[in-house]
Amino acid sequence: MLPAITTDKLTKRFGDFTAVDQITFEVNKGEIFGFLGANGAGKTTAMRMLNGLSRPSGGQAAVAGFDVYRETEKIKKHIGYMSQKFSLYEDLTVRENIQFYGGIYGLPGKEIRRQVQELIGGLGMQAYANTLVKSIPLGWKQKLSFSIAIMHRPEIVFLDEPTGGVDPITRRQFWEMIYKAASEGMTVFVTTHYMDEAEYCDRVSIMVDGRIAALDRPRALKEQFGAGSMNDVFLQLTRPKP
Amino acid sequence: MKQFGIFIQKEFYHILRDRRTLLILLGMPVVLVLLFGFAITNEIDNARIAILDQSKGEMSQEITQRLVASGYFLIDENLQEIAQIEQHFREGKTKMAVVFPSGIEEDKRRNLPTQIQLIADATDPNTATTLINYASAIIGQYAQEQARGQALPMQIRTEVKMLYNPRLKSVFLFVPGVMTVILMLVSAMMTSIAITREKELGTMEVLLVSPLKPAMIIVGKVIPYILLALANTVVILLLGTFVFGMPVRGSLVLLALECLLFVITALALGILISTRTDSQQVAMLISLMVLMLPTILLSGFIFPIESMPKVLQVISNIIPAKWFIIILKNVMLKGTGIEFVWKESLILAGMTLFFIGASVRNFKTRLE
Repeated sequence: MLPAITTDKLTKRFGDFTAVDQITFEVNKGEIFGFLGANGAGKTTAMRMLNGLSRPSGGQAAVAGFDVYRETEKIKKHIGYMSQKFSLYEDLTVRENIQFYGGIYGLPGKEIRRQVQELIGGLGMQAYANTLVKSIPLGWKQKLSFSIAIMHRPEIVFLDEPTGGVDPITRRQFWEMIYKAASEGMTVFVTTHYMDEAEYCDRVSIMVDGRIAALDRPRALKEQFGAGSMNDVFLQLTRPKP
Repeated sequence: MKQFGIFIQKEFYHILRDRRTLLILLGMPVVLVLLFGFAITNEIDNARIAILDQSKGEMSQEITQRLVASGYFLIDENLQEIAQIEQHFREGKTKMAVVFPSGIEEDKRRNLPTQIQLIADATDPNTATTLINYASAIIGQYAQEQARGQALPMQIRTEVKMLYNPRLKSVFLFVPGVMTVILMLVSAMMTSIAITREKELGTMEVLLVSPLKPAMIIVGKVIPYILLALANTVVILLLGTFVFGMPVRGSLVLLALECLLFVITALALGILISTRTDSQQVAMLISLMVLMLPTILLSGFIFPIESMPKVLQVISNIIPAKWFIIILKNVMLKGTGIEFVWKESLILAGMTLFFIGASVRNFKTRLE
C-alpha cells in the first residue's frame, strides 16, 4: 500500500531564510499525523507545499501519489483543507456554505442535498440551518468547517491549527470527529500547539527551526526523552540549549 | 460550468446581503447625475446684472431691453452713480454691470464710434467670460442693425453655430463624465475590494486549494460587477435622456459594446490592484488615489485636456477614462460609428490586455 504522503528533503527558502529545511517523512494511509512545532518553526509553510499553495524550493514530495510540482491540480481533487483562518463565509447561511463548498468540489446536486441533511443533522444544528454563519457560536463554526472540509470524501485532510481559541469540550468533540474520519480510512494531517492533542495522534513530528527534530508515536517519544508528557518532550526539544 | 454557476450565485449573495454598499452602488449614479445636471452648471440663465445709465437716452433703453429679452440676464438694480458698482459686486448681488456713459447719444448723432463698459465679477472666471461674451454679442448685433443703410467700411459678420450641442448644455459633458466615473468605481474599486476581502478572510486560500481554477475564481468574482456596472450605465443613460434631454445619436449597440469594453478595462485594473495587496483598505486607497482622482481630474471630464500643462496632457494619455470619454462623446453626441472611434477603442483594448497580462504575472496561484 502506497503511503498517503511522502517527502524527500523537501525545502522552502524565502530569499536567504530557509523556512523548511530538507524534511523527509512518510504519512501512512488512515493515520492521524500530528505536525507540531513552535510558532515560526515552518509547520504552515510545509503544509502549504503539500496542498499546492506554495511551490517547493527543493526536494521531492508526493501527496495521494501525485507529484507536488507537476500534479497539483490532481492533488487538489484528493485533499481537503481547513485553514488557520476561519474559512466559511460569514454572510452565507449554514446551508448555503455547505451547498457552496459541495458545489465547487463538483458534487452532484442530489449528493449535496443529502450532505446538507446529514451534516446539519450530524452536528445537531437543525435550528441554525438557515442562520448566517456569523451569528453561530465559534465552536460550531469550527465543527462545521471540518465537516465541510471532508464532505467530498478526500483521501487526505489537512487541518491547520483547527482548534485555536475553542473551549475544551468543543475540542474534545472535534477530536471525536477526527477519529471518526480516520476510522473511515481518511488520512488526517494536523498541525497544533496543544500538546494534549499531540497525545491523540497516531504519530507526531516535532519541527524545530525548519527541521524535523523528532518523529514517532507519542508513547515512544516520551520513553525516548524520559518525559512524562508530550509537553515535556516538546520543551526538551525546543528550549534553547544552554 | 455548474461549479462556476454556484460560485457566481455565492457572489450575488455577498452583494445582495451587504445592503448598505448595494444602496450606495445603485444610488450614487442617480445622485451624481442629478447633482451634476442640476446644481453644477456652466449655463447662464437669468444672471443678475446691474445697469448704470448715465445717458438716459433711447439707445441705452433699447440695449437694456435686448439684454433682458435674451433670457440670459435679469436686471437686479438700476444704479445711480459709479461708486455703487463696486459695493454692489462686494455684496454679491450681481455678476455683471453695464455702464452707459453720458456721451453715447451724442456720439450716435455725430456718427462716431462710441463705448459701453461691461464690468464682470471675475472671481468665477468661467461665468465672467461667458457673461461678457453673451452681452458683447447682443450689443454687437444691435450696433450692426443700427448701421444698416449707412455706408460703412467693409464689415465681417461672424455667424456662430454650436454643433452637436447648440444650447451649450453642460449636462452633455457631465453625463459621459459621470458614467465614466461610476463605471470605474463599480468595476475597479468594488472588484479589488471583493477579491482582497477573500484574501483577508482566508477564504481565498481555501478556494485555491479547491479544484476551482484560479482564472475561474477571478472571472466568477468579476461577473456580478460587470452586470452591476452595466445596470448603472442604463440608469445613467435613461436619466440623461429623459430628465436632461441628452441625445444618444449613435448606435445603441456600439454604445453598449464600448461600455462593456471600458468595464472590462476597469475590471482588469481592479484585478491588478488586488494582486498587489492583501488588504481591503489598501485596495480601496489605491483605487481612490490611483484610479478615481485621475479619472475625475485628468480625463477631460471636468478640466479640458487642451488647457492643461504639457506634462499633464502627456500623462492624460495613459488614463483609460480619457479615451472612453472621447468615445462616449463621439457616439452619443456626434452619432459617429466605429470608423471614427476605432483608434480609441483599440487603445482601450490594448490597455486591458496589458493590465490582464500584468495581473496574471502577479497572481500568485501558489501564494508565496
